[in-house]
Amino acid sequence: MFFNFVKRLGIFCLVLIISTTLVFFMLHSLPGEKAVVMAKYIFLGSVELNPSNEEIQLVKDKFDLDRSLISQYISWAGAALHGDLGRSYKSNDPVSQEILIRLPATITLAFVSVLMSLFIGIPLGILAAVKQNSITDYICSSTAVLGISMPNFWLALLLMLVFSLKLNLTPTIGYGGLSHLILPAVTLGTASSAVIMRLTRSSMLEVMRQDYIRAARGKGLSRKSIFITHALRNALIPVITIIGLEFGHLLGGTVIIETIFAWPGIGRLLIDSISARDIPVIQGCVLFITLMYMLLNFAIDAVYPLIDPRIGGN
Amino acid sequence: MSLLSVEHLESQFVTEDGIVKAVDDVSFEIANNETLGLVGESGCGKTVLALSILRLLSENTKTRGIIRYRGRDLLQLSEDDLMAIRGREIAQIFQNPLSSLNPVLTVGFQISEPFMLHQGLKRKAARIKAVEMLERVRIPLPEERAREYPHEFSGGMRQRAMIAMGLACKPSLIIADEPTRGLDVTIQAQVVELMKELIKESCASMLIITHDLSLAAELCDKIAVMYSGEILEYAGIQDFFRKPAHPYSKCFLESLPARGMKPIRGISPSLIDPPPGCRFCPRCDHAREECKHVHPDLMKVKEGQYARCHIYA
Repeated sequence: MFFNFVKRLGIFCLVLIISTTLVFFMLHSLPGEKAVVMAKYIFLGSVELNPSNEEIQLVKDKFDLDRSLISQYISWAGAALHGDLGRSYKSNDPVSQEILIRLPATITLAFVSVLMSLFIGIPLGILAAVKQNSITDYICSSTAVLGISMPNFWLALLLMLVFSLKLNLTPTIGYGGLSHLILPAVTLGTASSAVIMRLTRSSMLEVMRQDYIRAARGKGLSRKSIFITHALRNALIPVITIIGLEFGHLLGGTVIIETIFAWPGIGRLLIDSISARDIPVIQGCVLFITLMYMLLNFAIDAVYPLIDPRIGGN
Repeated sequence: MSLLSVEHLESQFVTEDGIVKAVDDVSFEIANNETLGLVGESGCGKTVLALSILRLLSENTKTRGIIRYRGRDLLQLSEDDLMAIRGREIAQIFQNPLSSLNPVLTVGFQISEPFMLHQGLKRKAARIKAVEMLERVRIPLPEERAREYPHEFSGGMRQRAMIAMGLACKPSLIIADEPTRGLDVTIQAQVVELMKELIKESCASMLIITHDLSLAAELCDKIAVMYSGEILEYAGIQDFFRKPAHPYSKCFLESLPARGMKPIRGISPSLIDPPPGCRFCPRCDHAREECKHVHPDLMKVKEGQYARCHIYA
């Protein structure tokens, strides 16, 4: 158990190092002279105009861009190890602060979307499995296919059109009260619900074919109690994995949806920093997203033994 | 009157290759306190027959005939009525205890379920009963063991737990499907001893399904030999082992290690498209011309012994 933990911690660090290194070098190979792009943002506030040579040189000096890539990376990594992720080129605020400010927005959205997918996906999946090959099943399953296939930016625009513009029920974009949360959460929740519904259904059907279900029928249990006590827990094991991944994905910020709804989360921060070549912020975001994924994986692994006694334990 | 009488039972299921007639016109009876052994090689339809009785087969299986239990035809009962019989009046001990026990529920809980269901006991009381059952099937430290999960049990203990579950509500009929399968010989002997005692104690009737003739010899009063979906011989245990009537039964006995371990030539026929005459005919040394074309009926050899063979016509 302890050895396992140490091993996982090692892998954890390795993934962090590899992902930040990769991203760092990828950023530097992006087309367009970095200093020029940065100067545009810093001095001109617009991409249309061209900065002067002095302005570009000023940027280079200020951010040490003339040094070799490796030494730039090492000084970044060294500071990061001490908890200092640097300052944003653009706003000059500490990166950690930039991320922390946006965290509540992302967490709220991710949490509500996952909750929605749980409360819609799992019950519908069970319903479809219980009533396999019935009209109910066909409706649930085909709606799920629709939910998975619909591009979420399109669904987002559609929802805006109907609920904000036509029906005037919700605000179109922005961040604030509960009403702002509805559309983005529904957009993200739809796809996740569909994935979870299909997985729950197939997992449930798979479990219902097992010998222990037949044995439970042989004991005289009703279909209902077989589903609840014997099938459900077994069927939810793969579902938990997907929920974890889905949550991790959402916590990393959803670039497109946050952009469409002007949702001030991590995804927006990331996309804005990329266009401004705000490297410390991009690095910080990547670090954060990787961290989120891995922490969630840890959490999911901790949940498994509670559901499946064959995993972990003694 | 017999406790269970099965008349002209057929179980078929549709596959891509055709209709599999896993059980084809099978009739037998089990009296009170009687143990019937249903023997036959793998794939002859034994398990399908066992599952047909409590209607535990999947929905794409068609079952026809009459299964009369205490005068009621189980095939005509509603699902609700049948649920009251399953586990209480007729219990089934399934083959392969590892896959027949739910991996995420404790063994104790799984044994306590029939008590809660059929005797209306509360969880705690049912749990005490479950521990008693574990003790009865000689599982050491039953208190602790009841809290464990199936994967923490050894193969022999899992089989005991299955038996405990089957016997929980003192059923009048127990259907045991390959109760010693997958256990090593010493554990097999222990399980057989245990079952012998439990049969004696509980006065239940039993249908034991096995390919293991020595197990049948230990436990059964009567033997039904199944081959390719039908019963080829039906006899008392003494008659069967001393003077088997059907050529297949003779070959089957000769294939036992103790009696020469002589294999039966050929392979058993397809259940989709069986031979038109006697199904054993292609492998039979005594086959005559009529055996190829005329399907034999179950014929009386002597009082209490029947064989599906033209020799006795």
